[in-house]
Amino acid sequence: MSLSKLLERIAQLVPVLLGVSVIAFTMMALTPGDPVQIMIGDQAITAEQEAQLRHDMGLDRPMVERFFIFLGNTTHFDFGESFYHKRPVADVIAERLPATIELSLVALVVALATAIPLGVLAAIKKNSIFDRIATVGSLLGVSLPGFWFGILLLMLFAVHLHLLPVSGRIGFDSEVPSVTGFLLIDTLVAGNMKAFGDAVAHLILPAITLGLPMTAILMRVTRTSMLEVLRQDYVTFADAKGLSRRRVLFRHALKNALIPTVSVAAIETGSLLGGNMIVETVYGWPGLGRLVVESIFLRNYPLVQAAVLFYAVTYVLLNFVADLLYTVLNPRVKL
Amino acid sequence: MSLAAETPAASETILRRNLATFTGNRLAMLCALIVVLFVVMAVFAPWIAPHDPNETDLFRRLQPPGWMAGGEWSYVLGCDALGRDILSRIVYGARISIFIGIVVILVATTIGILAGLAAGYLRGWVDMLISRIVDILLGFPYLIFAIGLMAMMGPGLWNIIFALAYKEWVIPARVVRGETLVTRELEYVEAARALGASRGHIMLREILPNVLSPVIVVATIRMAHVIILEASLSFLGLGVQPPTASWGSMVADGRAFMLEAWWVSTFPGLAILFLVLAINVASQGLRDAFDPRFSE
Repeated sequence: MSLSKLLERIAQLVPVLLGVSVIAFTMMALTPGDPVQIMIGDQAITAEQEAQLRHDMGLDRPMVERFFIFLGNTTHFDFGESFYHKRPVADVIAERLPATIELSLVALVVALATAIPLGVLAAIKKNSIFDRIATVGSLLGVSLPGFWFGILLLMLFAVHLHLLPVSGRIGFDSEVPSVTGFLLIDTLVAGNMKAFGDAVAHLILPAITLGLPMTAILMRVTRTSMLEVLRQDYVTFADAKGLSRRRVLFRHALKNALIPTVSVAAIETGSLLGGNMIVETVYGWPGLGRLVVESIFLRNYPLVQAAVLFYAVTYVLLNFVADLLYTVLNPRVKL
Repeated sequence: MSLAAETPAASETILRRNLATFTGNRLAMLCALIVVLFVVMAVFAPWIAPHDPNETDLFRRLQPPGWMAGGEWSYVLGCDALGRDILSRIVYGARISIFIGIVVILVATTIGILAGLAAGYLRGWVDMLISRIVDILLGFPYLIFAIGLMAMMGPGLWNIIFALAYKEWVIPARVVRGETLVTRELEYVEAARALGASRGHIMLREILPNVLSPVIVVATIRMAHVIILEASLSFLGLGVQPPTASWGSMVADGRAFMLEAWWVSTFPGLAILFLVLAINVASQGLRDAFDPRFSE
């Protein structure tokens, strides 16, 4: 891939990011209710103070001007003040973000670690009972409503079997100094293996719930692409050379079969962001997704606006990375 | 695309052949039948539901299903925290899920077909404009986009439909655009152009019939997705408001009582699972029959 093509592709991101910002801005600007009144709440203030507050928040300016101020502010991560927390929105989001990233990454690892071996096995044993079970399993995976599946897992493994914790990121008895905000790392940095185990235990159910639809999709992609690769001449040639089946499968076929899987995984990582809101709500996970849902009910619009923009920009960038990955892994495809 | 698919008359024959392939797939047909049963249940809910779905009876608070101790067969799936019959609420809840699913897909598919045809056939600035809008809307994760819109508009049936259709149309639009780009170069379309047919005639009468198959397949696949999204919004409290029964909010209502009354959340969740699974299997059968490129 040439540098000019890469720059051209990056330039194509600009109108998309701009459009995404327009939508995120208008979504909240058109929301009924006066942000000043919401911010004041029950406090008694004079009309002058209210007018001053309106001026400070820029609400007395025309909509177009407000949009450009919003755009300018977002470039240096200034999303205004959270009505509820009375702190900058960026600080509140930054506080919750590690929990969401940690959960998403673990869900991604769970999905990849499950989907690839199952997909490969299903392809090798095409039309066997295992393949049929895997097919049914993948259909179930995309059909299960995440919020309901999460509740069922919670009831079974946390409430009835007492194998795993019910909610949160870590038990109350585990004190871990925050270094990165990622508990798996912070517990290891602190050398507190008990707390590390506790953090892992808290992650298992949310990560499975979040990763399940992705596992189902990746498994199908891996199976299909493995089947396609196994039909290729070079695989037949490798077989004819007398190479062991294991070597043909893992050294020759799998490497190429994984190209679509990696690309789809990058795209699906973006969809994990949406799933986070549901999973974090079900498991009381103190991440960004739950914060957004809570903020909607608190009418904490600056926070919702910033989060929607954050999610959308992340999603666009992940799709961009997915495109790049596909091109890098598969040189026949031109960007 | 095969040469046989080049004329509308030939595409009718192909349609018939594809339908025959679909009806020959027993599992897909069984699932299509299950979907039809759910639709019948939704349409005839007042005659099928054994009780008024909103009738509360605190003496029946969290009453277990009929087969459990303390249950009654006239309340076969038990009652919720307000003593409402769960089966009746599931039957009425089907109306919300299916109505929203069908309306969103119909609206989105209609808009998507028109936008895709215009972009693919007219090209130029129309294509550029529509493609940029599609790119921007695809820039949002679906649920977050819907949640943002619901936060703006407030909960409610028509607001959900708007929030979901607002982004859903981009998927059929992309499919139709791609198919139109291929079809517009075929000889019969060129012949229609040479005979002086108007752009509208060519797009709607010549190209549209040839691009409908993939659109139908995509519409059925997306229907399952829309139903899960609606249930997710209702679960978060951003969907249809109480006391109207919707499956997602029924699951949410039961969360607080899962220890003592598992049935309150479990049965509505099963209803979502069965309907979505049936649609997914049936749509996979449709896809295999109508778009053999994807069959394995």
